[in-house]
Amino acid sequence: MKPASFDYYAARTLEEASRILADAGRDGRVLAGGQSLVPMLNFRIVNPAIVVDINRIDVLDRLEVGTDSLTVGALVRHADLLCNTHVREGWPLLAEATAQVAHPAIRNRGTVCGSVAHNDPAAEHPSVLVTLDGTVVICGPAGRRELKAEQFFTGMLSNALEPGEMVVELRYPRPPAGTGAAFVEFARRLGDFAIAGAAATLTMRDGRCERARLTIVGMGDGPFRARAAEDVLTGRRLGVNKDGREAFAEVAAHVVTAVEPTDDVHASSAYRRHLAGVMTVRALETALARAGGH
Amino acid sequence: MAREQRISVTVNGKAYEKTVPVRLSLADFIREHLHLTGTHLGCEHGVCGACTIQMNGRSARSCLTLAVQADGADIVTIEGLRSADGTRHPMQQAFHEHFALQCGYCTPGMLITAIELLRNNPEPNEQEVREALSGNLCRCTGYQAIVDAVLAVARQQRPVEG
Repeated sequence: MKPASFDYYAARTLEEASRILADAGRDGRVLAGGQSLVPMLNFRIVNPAIVVDINRIDVLDRLEVGTDSLTVGALVRHADLLCNTHVREGWPLLAEATAQVAHPAIRNRGTVCGSVAHNDPAAEHPSVLVTLDGTVVICGPAGRRELKAEQFFTGMLSNALEPGEMVVELRYPRPPAGTGAAFVEFARRLGDFAIAGAAATLTMRDGRCERARLTIVGMGDGPFRARAAEDVLTGRRLGVNKDGREAFAEVAAHVVTAVEPTDDVHASSAYRRHLAGVMTVRALETALARAGGH
Repeated sequence: MAREQRISVTVNGKAYEKTVPVRLSLADFIREHLHLTGTHLGCEHGVCGACTIQMNGRSARSCLTLAVQADGADIVTIEGLRSADGTRHPMQQAFHEHFALQCGYCTPGMLITAIELLRNNPEPNEQEVREALSGNLCRCTGYQAIVDAVLAVARQQRPVEG
């Protein structure tokens, strides 16, 4: 048997799950897709006393495409997003990133909310949520509360959840018209955790950048929002020609000095820093080309 | 009480009811409790793909699923691919014809993954086949023969035009 012993509860309602989690406090873990939690159980990196399986709580598989926003419930699998035309058309950044999450069998089980809650620095979904200015809806003993993406992520594999709380849904605002988006990542093999990546959106009007968002993936602490780089782009005239390239080179220089990547067996800190610049330029160029109207 | 649970599952069309420890993986359940040892375990943390099975119509890593989570599920393993009269599944036949296996350890996972690919995308190109199989590691073949086998099945299944 790989994992250490735990008590298992398959909750039928959100109230039941909340009650068990609240009683468990720091000893409880939520099991949704299990594609991050079960490996950690198998390695005994985490040894929770209580595992609350939420897979049988029907209300959590809500995937709702609204006029203003997209709601992704805690049981929506990566694969569910990929086969949804409305998601692909309205939130192309989310779709493009999701297609790069691991492999088909993992995408069939793993959930978007789970990936966000887990906050692996190399994962796609935390950075996408930050880039799209999304919201995390949390349920706990004190009721429901909402946090903006940037307040939710608090460092490597960490989030702002209190003991007894769980993520129940994510909300992604619909990107404004004229927005181009791109998610790019670099991994040694397809589907591996990214060594570095970038998520970008550019909202263009009459050749000028109204709004830019740029988040770097794989930099140690979780999603890194490159604010200084965004400021360089906002209000600036961008073309697919020279001015775009110059601006993007300037942005990449900002990114390369701002990120603080770690060293590990997969890549040195210096290599990750270099890749952060390369990914930045690729993401911005692609986003600009897709924005149209430039 | 929450450390053991009674589950009912259908595996390859046959119904089972068993009491299992809650921390037992679905892979160990299939191998050790049902004695269906065609499902292989390599890494046991979701990387190698050898343990891939079909659960409620979708491929899943049986090493990353708890047996208790399969309560009520319909599962297909490598043993369920052959038809009742013993005829190989077209994908098995193509693997056989293209020498798409050497030691055979990765093959059960490869077959389940490849069959799902063609169901979702009946006419994949070579790149799409390689992407779909990227989560299944093979240390013998270099993949070329496996990719050839999958493309051959896709060609066979293509409706004749005209």
